[in-house]
Amino acid sequence: MKPLDDDRVEGLIANLLRMGVLIAALVVIGGAVPYLGHHPRAHAGYKTFHGEPGNLKSVHGIIGSAFSGDARGIMQLGLLLLIATPIARVIFSAVAFAIQGDRMYVGFTLIVLAVLLYSLFGSFLIA
Amino acid sequence: MNVIEFTFLVWAGSLVAGFLGSLTGLGGGVVLVPLLTIFFHVDLRYAIGASLVSVIATSSGSAAAYVKEGFSNIRIGMFLEIATTLGALFGAYLTAKVPGNAIAIIFGIVLMYSAYVSRRTRPRTDVEQPPDGLATKLKMNSNFPDTSGIRPYNVYRVPTGFGVMWVAGALSGLLGIGSGALKVVAMDQAMKIPFKVSTTTSNFMIGVTAAASAGVYLSRGYVDPSLAMPVMIGVLIGSLMGTRVLVKTQTKRLRLVFSVVIVLLGVEMMFKGLTGGF
Repeated sequence: MKPLDDDRVEGLIANLLRMGVLIAALVVIGGAVPYLGHHPRAHAGYKTFHGEPGNLKSVHGIIGSAFSGDARGIMQLGLLLLIATPIARVIFSAVAFAIQGDRMYVGFTLIVLAVLLYSLFGSFLIA
Repeated sequence: MNVIEFTFLVWAGSLVAGFLGSLTGLGGGVVLVPLLTIFFHVDLRYAIGASLVSVIATSSGSAAAYVKEGFSNIRIGMFLEIATTLGALFGAYLTAKVPGNAIAIIFGIVLMYSAYVSRRTRPRTDVEQPPDGLATKLKMNSNFPDTSGIRPYNVYRVPTGFGVMWVAGALSGLLGIGSGALKVVAMDQAMKIPFKVSTTTSNFMIGVTAAASAGVYLSRGYVDPSLAMPVMIGVLIGSLMGTRVLVKTQTKRLRLVFSVVIVLLGVEMMFKGLTGGF
């Protein structure tokens, strides 16, 4: 196996990101087809802010509504996967720094990861 | 407008924004919010939510193209992401507290500033300085492939760069943009990192920064799937097309035109904000 130098790590990370975006886009399109098919002539208006319903606002709710086959839920799951790609990237970086034995950067990476996870799972506390 | 028409037009507009953004290097995210609010009458919060999601798509989607060149510095990026993600969390927190008109005015200023930064010719006085102690301790000094072979570089003024990055993160979270221009300023101007390393590392950081505010946006209900869907797909395809053509075209005139468009959108956002249009 080739040594895990910075260039190789970055190459792997780039492929991971590209794959994540591709999967996310496919899931979004998978929800878009039934969404556009069901009510193509409905009025589209985003002039006033209503906020999203509860099942499209939390990780738990989004997964539930996507697997119940709701078209908007599936699109939202795709967007959630997209938001998860940079998080996966940070986790991967932490592992790579750990393999390189760079404790200081493992620490920095875990701080970034904590902020990201807090935003995704704990931000309702400040929202 | 019905759902089909609206979705198609938003998709097409986002595609053009993404294409021009990546072709000129000015980023597509910065014009999305004005596009959605001014031309499609979308509420500012929905627009910011959709824009932020598409920023992640562009950053992650184009990372492969940049990484291949071997310019980006993963350690600088990761260290500064501590600043940008904390800033982004703060910025996203602010969006609920700051009135829409104030956000629009700040948006206008940021649009004009990013157009200005992209036009400015930077005088670089590259005097050889002894390596900075903190940057050395943080293992930031590195090298990158230049036309004349591998060129080493040193990093300076880490605390200043860290501070500017926090601001860049806060603006990203407040406005739903990538803040690429300000990130490059922090690295290139403050920390004396070579321009090419700065731009590619910045692109790498944009996605992580945006993900930090995306969670907050999601839980506040700013991310509407029916709106974010055409925006994300459009920007993604547009920006990937842009990176393909990037090498072949002369972009000088296009950059000028796009800068003018950005300034005009900035003026319009400020005007609407000042007259209470949001």
